[in-house]
Amino acid sequence: MTQITFTINKEKKTVEAPPMKRLLDVLREDLHLTGAKEGCGEGECGSCSVLLNGELVNSCLIPALQAEGATITTIEGIAPLAAPDQKLHPIQQCFLEKGGAQCGICTPGMILATHHLLEKYPQPTLLQIQEGLAGNLCRCTGYTRIFEAVQSAASQSNP
Amino acid sequence: MRSNASHYDLIAPATLDAVLEILAAEPGHYTPIAGGTEIMVALGAGRLAQKNLVSINQIKELRFIETTPSQLIIGSGTTFTDIRNSAIIQSDFPLLTQAASWTGSIANQNRGTLGGNIVNGSPAADSPPALLAYEATLTLISTRGTRQMPYADFHLGYKKTALAPDELIQSITLKRIFTGYIPYARKVGTRNAQAISKVAIAALALIQDDTLEDIRIGAASLRDRPSRLTATERTLRGQTITQDTIVTLISQARATLTTEAHPIDDIRSTAKYRAAVAANLLEEFLHSLMNP
Ligand SMILES: Cc1cc2nc3c(=O)[nH]c(=O)nc-3n(C[C@H](O)[C@H](O)[C@H](O)COP(=O)(O)OP(=O)(O)OC[C@H]3O[C@@H](n4cnc5c(N)ncnc54)[C@H](O)[C@@H]3O)c2cc1C
Ligand code: FES
Ligand code: FES
Repeated sequence: MTQITFTINKEKKTVEAPPMKRLLDVLREDLHLTGAKEGCGEGECGSCSVLLNGELVNSCLIPALQAEGATITTIEGIAPLAAPDQKLHPIQQCFLEKGGAQCGICTPGMILATHHLLEKYPQPTLLQIQEGLAGNLCRCTGYTRIFEAVQSAASQSNP
Repeated sequence: MRSNASHYDLIAPATLDAVLEILAAEPGHYTPIAGGTEIMVALGAGRLAQKNLVSINQIKELRFIETTPSQLIIGSGTTFTDIRNSAIIQSDFPLLTQAASWTGSIANQNRGTLGGNIVNGSPAADSPPALLAYEATLTLISTRGTRQMPYADFHLGYKKTALAPDELIQSITLKRIFTGYIPYARKVGTRNAQAISKVAIAALALIQDDTLEDIRIGAASLRDRPSRLTATERTLRGQTITQDTIVTLISQARATLTTEAHPIDDIRSTAKYRAAVAANLLEEFLHSLMNP
């Protein structure tokens, strides 16, 4: 077991874990943050997406020790990024309104990938949206409503 | 079955020297892990044989892009996102930018490194064909010092490389001599994101007065390792390429490619399909040279 310290959703946390334990399992089992989901466990589906030092990553492919000292944002910490006491981030609100979430398994990853995308391209083209979300698979929505939610979030944050 | 993470050890020394000491102390005992996009997949699938890992992801000395007037040096820990963001790579080595942009998803590109792509040694990997076309040189480092070798000599067979157990790839060097070359890159797979290629080609050509002065063709999935199609290049180099010659040129080039490619049947595709598509890509490349 190794002590690993990082900042998660603005809080400093220390966990005791095997250093090769997947960050995904540390989040879900040790920190009880169950927003990140396990779909494939091999980097294909993006349902375990989190932001690590501002970068979109698949937490199923990160050994816990490689998160030492990092700043991590999970879906649980996304709303306060917009405003301190906000319950839903505008991106989440748009997913709700546009029907971008059905069963919800892919949704945390879709929203974090959208957040990452809009930081890079505040007004993304459809092609940029498709590329930005290409690592996030959805079995329910058929993607069209997800793309609409992203477009709606982009137009709201940049009137 | 997934592996039990507690059966594995991982350490993360702060400096490159400390990593090299650990690799040298008992060569083969520790295996490096950079972005982990190969190693962690193996762990997840329960097929990671190496039990002791040393992280190099935190080593800043391995993550850089350095430009001199005559060359570009890329640290082995440079991610595909770093490569895509580099204006100098985009302008001087567009085949590499292209390869980085189709190596998995954005999340994968944020973690996966050029060094990991090379050392993993998959014959289907995306950056090797570009590195072969640009005749990259590798710098390997250990406590014994550094040594350089042409990248073309690095892959010895299926997933076999010239890397010694106590060595790391330190950097990849590219000469900035490709002004005027016409690039061509195409990956054929089931989809752009995430899909490992069935066949891919990264090629360069220099044309002067309708003559193919130089031509370099790197290929994925046509042999047991990333390969350069040197016989096909020889068939084409020095030839005149015009509307009158192109048909003959293409048929000669296709014939040579067929003799030097040795693709395999696997879950992604068949040997027959790969050989046919590779020849079609070559033809598309040659046609593209007529109206650059
Ligand atoms: C979902 C998904 C999609 C993918 N799609 C593609 C794709 O389209 N094209 C493609 O080519 N690849 C793809 N990959 C494979 C992978 O992302 C790349 O091969 C990547 O470059 C590996 O780099 P890494 O740093 O993550 O490697 P790691 O997993 O950290 O290491 C891989 C190997 O390299 C060794 N190593 C790493 N760095 C060094 C070094 N500096 N010196 C010596 N040895 C070293 C390690 O010991 C290990 O054996 C994909 C992977 C996933 C999970
Ligand atoms: S669970 Fe991590 S990418 Fe699918
Ligand atoms: S909403 Fe069910 S997988 Fe996307």
